[in-house]
Amino acid sequence: MTDYMHAFDLYAPASLEDAAKLLGEHGKDAWIVAGGKDSFDWFKDRHKQPKAVVDISGLKELRGISDAGDHISIGAATTLTEIEESKLLRDNFPVLVQAAAKVASPQIRNSGTIGGNVSQDTRCTYYRDGFPCYRAGGNTCYANTPTAMNREHALFDASRCVAVTPSDTAPALVALDARMAISRDGKVRTVPAEKFFIGPDVDITRMTVLEAGDILTEIRLPKAWAGAKFYFEKVADRETWDFALVNIAMAAKTDGGMVKDVRVACGGVQCTPRRLTEVEDLMKGEKAGPELEKLAQRVAARGAKALNYNHFKIPLMGNLAARAVRSLA
Amino acid sequence: MTENRQDEALEFEAFEFPPDPADDFEWVPATPEVAGNLAEPPEADWRTAGTSRRAFLRGVVCSGVAVSASAYMFTVQSGEARAAVRGVERLISLNVNGKTRRVDVPPSETLAQTIRYRLGLTGTKIGCNRAECGACTVLADDTPIYSCSTLTHQARGSKITTVEGVAAPDGTLHPVQQAFIDELGPQCGFCTPGQVMAAVGLLKKNPKPTVDEARRAMSGNLCRCGAYPHYLAGVMRAAGRA
Repeated sequence: MTDYMHAFDLYAPASLEDAAKLLGEHGKDAWIVAGGKDSFDWFKDRHKQPKAVVDISGLKELRGISDAGDHISIGAATTLTEIEESKLLRDNFPVLVQAAAKVASPQIRNSGTIGGNVSQDTRCTYYRDGFPCYRAGGNTCYANTPTAMNREHALFDASRCVAVTPSDTAPALVALDARMAISRDGKVRTVPAEKFFIGPDVDITRMTVLEAGDILTEIRLPKAWAGAKFYFEKVADRETWDFALVNIAMAAKTDGGMVKDVRVACGGVQCTPRRLTEVEDLMKGEKAGPELEKLAQRVAARGAKALNYNHFKIPLMGNLAARAVRSLA
Repeated sequence: MTENRQDEALEFEAFEFPPDPADDFEWVPATPEVAGNLAEPPEADWRTAGTSRRAFLRGVVCSGVAVSASAYMFTVQSGEARAAVRGVERLISLNVNGKTRRVDVPPSETLAQTIRYRLGLTGTKIGCNRAECGACTVLADDTPIYSCSTLTHQARGSKITTVEGVAAPDGTLHPVQQAFIDELGPQCGFCTPGQVMAAVGLLKKNPKPTVDEARRAMSGNLCRCGAYPHYLAGVMRAAGRA
């Protein structure tokens, strides 16, 4: 027999106001789903049992990709396949298209949404298996013990919890300096992608700034980076389904071979997508070449604190940074 | 040592087995009740959690005949200004393989469970139940999705196609099915319905895929027998490119 989900009331609001009203009414008992690819695993394992599930995948205002003048707007409930096939994005921000195409498997991309991809919970196996760890409200980290299997865990900024961001699109959005529009009680605020993701030192039970009652409605990609040079690469144990061990996204503006401005972000090494600021500083004003590659490789993982089994991520980060630089040459 | 062993053997021979309850077992041919293929899945799972008065009433109202649940609910909640948005109704219409089927589905049921256990279309398999194997792949509006990780209520507006619905009404196999047979795709066959649906979905969208496109489109389906090259050859054959 298969795992049944717990009983919940399912709501399919027809408008964003209705959804906001529902979230207001149910407070912390409410859970938003769109594709549900992250949520339903939680429900089947019975580790999370919200009473009210609000399905926002039917909200038309949350779907679709459009040109809004100074930015391109992506509805949060747009599926990853729609992003992958969007000509507008392919022309302007191919890095996001490449990142979306690397997520999970075709069927998951067909129903999984970009909003869900960026706000999904971490994939730390101990946490997902229901261990009472810090993130789950306990007082131990099971992934950071002498015998723990932690080859997928964090190199940087671990504060009690050593989980990493699993998203492939998140580093791309950080590299593109995206703005996340969050609606709450009808009021919309925007948060830069970098601030959208939060580490365990800010709140150990969440991965993003989203709190009960918040709905991520839209992702805005400023045109300032449209048509720049991009690079995306994901390294995972498996080509399909698997989450990144390390992924890297880069957006660079060049002028005659010289790097004018650049943003590089890595996923899978920290609880939030990590800006490689030292690599960026190195690259600005320089021409890409073997020398810059070598330097980038050397500084990419500076400050990393490896756990027992994830040392390999340090040279991996360096190599990915070097390859990103090489793509500009 | 040898003596001891003989003793043991003797003791063993003297041992009398207790009567085996299986000897009294009377074999009866499988009926839906025996095989567990009841139209109604066990309901304890989803009903036990409701403890509040409201949830209890809702359960009672919804489990009965299709009474006008909404009117009743509002009399119960009168006075309180609840949100005008109500939860989904349990009785829904699903368009499966071109037919509209009325089903009674609790909100937490997945499409795979509905297809298999309520509609009896057991061609769709549930492998991992975690969107990690592809055995449950069905088409929703010609797009392959994992039915194990989609709520039935989310699929209400879509046209669902399962593996039962891809062959022609006269029984002629779909080109993909025929090609899989010709290329010896299935070994144990458990993943085959999912593979068929993924391939049909691909060919609907892209009738002439390259090998790489086909490989990518089929990458969301695991095959424990490892017959991937056969399936891939089948897809290319069905696309007229073998």
